[in-house]
Amino acid sequence: MQQTRAVELGTGLFVFMGILALFFLTTRVTSFDSYSGEGGYELTARFDQIGTLKTRSPVSISGVQIGRVTAIDFDVDRLEAVVTIRIASRYDRIPEDSDASILTSGILGGQYIGLQPGGSDEYLKDGDEILFTQSAVVLEQLISKYLFGQSGGGE
Amino acid sequence: MNYTGRGLRRLVMEVSYSLRGFLQNFGAGQIFLLRIIVNSPYALARPRLIIKQVYVTGVQSLVVIMLAGLFVGMVLALQGFLTLSRFGAEETIGMVAALGLVRELGPVVTALLFAGRAGTALSSEIGLMRATDQLSGMEMMAVDPIKRVVVPRFLGGVIAMPILAVIFSAMGIFGAWFEGVIILGVDEGAFWSQMQAQVDLREDVMSGVIKSVFFGVAASLLAVFEGYNCVPTAEGVGRATTRAVVRTSLTVLVLNFMLTAWLLGGN
Repeated sequence: MQQTRAVELGTGLFVFMGILALFFLTTRVTSFDSYSGEGGYELTARFDQIGTLKTRSPVSISGVQIGRVTAIDFDVDRLEAVVTIRIASRYDRIPEDSDASILTSGILGGQYIGLQPGGSDEYLKDGDEILFTQSAVVLEQLISKYLFGQSGGGE
Repeated sequence: MNYTGRGLRRLVMEVSYSLRGFLQNFGAGQIFLLRIIVNSPYALARPRLIIKQVYVTGVQSLVVIMLAGLFVGMVLALQGFLTLSRFGAEETIGMVAALGLVRELGPVVTALLFAGRAGTALSSEIGLMRATDQLSGMEMMAVDPIKRVVVPRFLGGVIAMPILAVIFSAMGIFGAWFEGVIILGVDEGAFWSQMQAQVDLREDVMSGVIKSVFFGVAASLLAVFEGYNCVPTAEGVGRATTRAVVRTSLTVLVLNFMLTAWLLGGN
């Protein structure tokens, strides 16, 4: 009887430790963030060029991450990339004339969407589209522009 | 000429023989798994038997797993620091250690240790029961040894393995934190924030847990299978135990590649 109780206690403790470890892994190790789940609201933005932007890339404003890219699609009619982003619900007063640009973090870092707040009193809400966008800079295009400009100026 | 011909023929024979043996073993293992699954309702109705086995396979492996996890995490942080500090990116060691642990090292190293610590105990115990005619004795008393002996041990292992893997990963991250932040002086905020920014719940943590469930099934199945089918002598029990460890280790490593390709290959 004594031994059975020890076995049960040990097993209970073991399973409890497992749950605790899983809790640690889900909350402390991953960003158990409010903008990756169902919470928050969605916006869309159209870009000519999105570079290496991917789903789950961050969306930030003044360098503070406020959301993530949830979907990337290509609009065949307008020939533009359509990026859907989800913003945490507590950041619900972003002016509707804000502009979105695709930027690169660091030299090796991935690309992210940076929002530049506008001055409007109207705020963006679920399903809205960000009208002012700036595409990603593609290195090859930049270089060829530079080379082309250089030789053109020399003539 | 004649000599080489004979040698070649013998080689072909040997290869086909061992291939047949492998396939036969593989098939026997699948049938054994099926028998276990069919008979598991009996054991599930007697949870006490399973709890006992979770205790034997899980709790008694706990110290080994925790120590191993701690030191694996610490060495990951140390190696990561030495390499990443060349690029001035030593703050990402939290992320490197966490991704490595949660996705690969947690499930795989736990499965290998599990095979060595718990798998050997299972196969030698069942093998000894076979060698001392305890299993035949049970059959004679109309007690199915599969139901009474094999299934609880299998289920105990299957339950214990993912828990052990999660504890291993958590201890590893603690070890990486200790080595990185306390000893090497990496900024604590950067350590955790880099980790949180890059480790994904579904893609990383859950894929590791799914892997460990598969490894638990493979390791427990091989351990009870080898023990149950051992040659009933002292030597046979020893051989069965060795074979269980070797086969489990290889199976886990092969399965790990396939599961990784399946779970993470999509992107």
